[in-house]
Amino acid sequence: MLVALLLLAPGCSRAPRADLVIYNGPEAETIDPHVLTGQPDGRIAGALFEGLTRFDPHTGRGVPGLAHSWEISSDGLRYTFHLRTNAAFSTGKPIRADDFVWSWRRAADPVTAADYSGFFFYVKGGQAIATGATNRLEELGIRAVDPWTVEVTLVNPTPFFPDLCAMRIMAVIPRATVEQFGDQWVRADPLPCSGPYQLESWRPNDRVRLKANPHYWDASSVGCARVDLLSGDSPTAALNLYLTGDVDFLIDKVVIPSELGDVLVRRPDFHSYAYLGTYFFRFNVTRKPFDDARVRRAIGLVVDRRRIVERITRMGEQPASALTPPGAGGYTPPEGLGHRALRATNAADYAAAMRAAVLEAQRLLAEAGYPEGKGFPPFSYMFNAGGGGGARQHENIGVEMQSGLREHLGLHMELRPVEWKTYLSELSQLNFDLARGSWIGDYQDPTTFLDCFLSASGNNRTGWRSTRYDTLLSDAAAEPESQKRMELLREAEAILTKEEAPIVAIYTYVGLFAYDPDRWEGIYKNLTGEHPIWAIRRREGGPTRSRNTAEIAPAPAP
Amino acid sequence: MYFLRRLLFLLPLTLLIITLAFFLVRIAPGGPFDRERSPASPAVERALAERYHLNESLLSQYLRFLGLKWERQPDGSWKRASGGLITGDLGLSLKYRNHSVSDIIRQGLPVSLALGGTAFLFALGFGIPMGFYTAVRRGQTGDWMGSLVALVVLCVPGFVIGPVLILLLALKAGWFPVGLWGTASHGVLPMATLGLYFGGRVARLTREGMGQALQSEFVRTAQAKGVSAAGVLLRHALPLGLMPVVSYSGPMLADLLTGSFVVENIFQIPGIGVFMVNSSLSRDYTMVVGLVLLYALLLLLLNLGVDLAYSLLDPRVRHE
Repeated sequence: MLVALLLLAPGCSRAPRADLVIYNGPEAETIDPHVLTGQPDGRIAGALFEGLTRFDPHTGRGVPGLAHSWEISSDGLRYTFHLRTNAAFSTGKPIRADDFVWSWRRAADPVTAADYSGFFFYVKGGQAIATGATNRLEELGIRAVDPWTVEVTLVNPTPFFPDLCAMRIMAVIPRATVEQFGDQWVRADPLPCSGPYQLESWRPNDRVRLKANPHYWDASSVGCARVDLLSGDSPTAALNLYLTGDVDFLIDKVVIPSELGDVLVRRPDFHSYAYLGTYFFRFNVTRKPFDDARVRRAIGLVVDRRRIVERITRMGEQPASALTPPGAGGYTPPEGLGHRALRATNAADYAAAMRAAVLEAQRLLAEAGYPEGKGFPPFSYMFNAGGGGGARQHENIGVEMQSGLREHLGLHMELRPVEWKTYLSELSQLNFDLARGSWIGDYQDPTTFLDCFLSASGNNRTGWRSTRYDTLLSDAAAEPESQKRMELLREAEAILTKEEAPIVAIYTYVGLFAYDPDRWEGIYKNLTGEHPIWAIRRREGGPTRSRNTAEIAPAPAP
Repeated sequence: MYFLRRLLFLLPLTLLIITLAFFLVRIAPGGPFDRERSPASPAVERALAERYHLNESLLSQYLRFLGLKWERQPDGSWKRASGGLITGDLGLSLKYRNHSVSDIIRQGLPVSLALGGTAFLFALGFGIPMGFYTAVRRGQTGDWMGSLVALVVLCVPGFVIGPVLILLLALKAGWFPVGLWGTASHGVLPMATLGLYFGGRVARLTREGMGQALQSEFVRTAQAKGVSAAGVLLRHALPLGLMPVVSYSGPMLADLLTGSFVVENIFQIPGIGVFMVNSSLSRDYTMVVGLVLLYALLLLLLNLGVDLAYSLLDPRVRHE
């Protein structure tokens, strides 16, 4: 055993601790801002690359980034961005309008294979390019008026366009490096970065180390010179490292053990906040008897949402009857199935409203030809096995729905846990009856949710098609007046979550992160969970040693 | 001659194994680029498939993987597609698209080797004395106690032992780090977690082996000849008693050296064990094949080593 200990010594070398250590979650698949899809990937790329705008650390909305200001034409279709004269890559090379034109063309080009190139559908010519209808990249509605002026032409007035410009896929990247190294350009050393940080090292499944970019236009605001982003799949390990002070910031809910969630949210250093995401389930409307909206509505009515958030998820999630969480771009979602119960302020009212909903559901089911569930074929609820963290929330929610449907409607629903990739492929091939669903909004506007259920959307995955819904959404897109636009969207969402109900909303997510507020500042709660790393800094006069262990040290769970 | 034949036999066997891995992982439903969000357009999906040649037939993909794919050039000539196994190129990981499979193995393997190697020594250092002691004290209190300990560490899985060790020795006592990799002290708890289970097995195997050896006739002969008790135990019985441990060492070492998903996960260690499990879940075709190749090679070579050790330890075994 002694020999074993001695043998451990070599091969061990340690760089000094970074100024800020963040547990970032699963290993990044790529840090190319144009092609990445994962949130951990986005946090790294967001520190390395910037676009015309950047995310405000308080609100998560787009505010001036490499462009210091912009004008919008009166019809809302033309944006004229003015670049900062001191905008430069980390190598010192200036960033000019041409760099943006080239970067956007590259991101929209299907050859680049960017999953998120749908964001260019808002830009004139973007849809034709991203769908491969044309390969004339110069048709994309972006042009360099002069070296410091970028003009963008949109298809519709898009009130959230400055938010989109802060998305990773809109970031400016170094043309010469990409042309030299192709797909693997992010491995170039040095890597010219347009954001507040540059890449120092990247070791798979260990960490990405960032160092401040001295040529960043706002270099003086960057709070920590060296930042480590640890990658790993184990929330328990993340919590242990946080408790011993090896990690300063648990940045996301997925790196916090869900089975301890209800205990941890009571600590002063764990902060939960409303998040732009919704948990729901979807019907396969191409299968009988789920092709009948009455059946779908009956099932949607009996879900005991409050019980699910109080007994199963337990981190302060809000029960929801609509798909879009409240507050996205000033939007108030309509009242969907089961909304009456959710308005109840006490337990007795809630129980009464649930009883009424059950009666209504029984009536609907009888109308559809299945009184008391008689003659209803057996069906299954598909979800990704083991999902929802250590607390196995997906399975528990399935069990809860199963017993509710049996008790109230006499329906027999089987649980069908499948492995993640199987779940995805079964969803897109419409090979299920009922399935778990969730959606995280990309920007603060209801369309980031509602667009999913357009007839042509690849994210629809219910088989549901409604021309009325499609028309309302396209009318809303063309509507320049904000109030009217929101009304049209509400009308569309009412079809989706009340009348037709191809999906049934259950609750809206909360975000959760952990840091010691006496030691760190610059981290804020916002709907999209954007916590720009440059804004985080050590609080002056705060304790130098980590006090993460101060309150309780929950036992690590397997 | 025997070992030469075995070595030659390794090649086709390895090829067979990775061929199976290549096709099996591709048969599983879903693909590496299936995500919760569908890509912007089918054109994007097509471009992705083309880039990684997933649009080609399985046979063509297989030939490309081997490095035996010939492509027609624009000028009409034929040219071998670059890369492939014969050039030692395992390709890019389909999940971690900025790293090649060899790159990931090169960075993670030394960590897994260090952890696995020390855990192996720990297992032997814990298991052999324990097994030896219980065998000698067979039927007495010492045997019962020792066997119980061996049984407990064998039955309690790593995902229980690891967190318990972390709680007691890292979070409460503060003697060791709770995770990460870097200094020798980072390695102690993972080594113990990983080594204890194997140590328990080694103890049981040693006890059984010693038990049989002590009843064999040459031991009785040695005793009759007047060899001292210690001499009988150490010189005559122990080498034979260790035979089960030796044959178990091959697969054990192969298991340990290729990393442990559980232990690497619990202790946040950047080895390759995590990739072993996750690559097949994420349908990272190239990575699965690369790791299977690594594991197969290690296992086959170590088993060969075991056979070699056999002939050295046991005079009755001769490979002609």
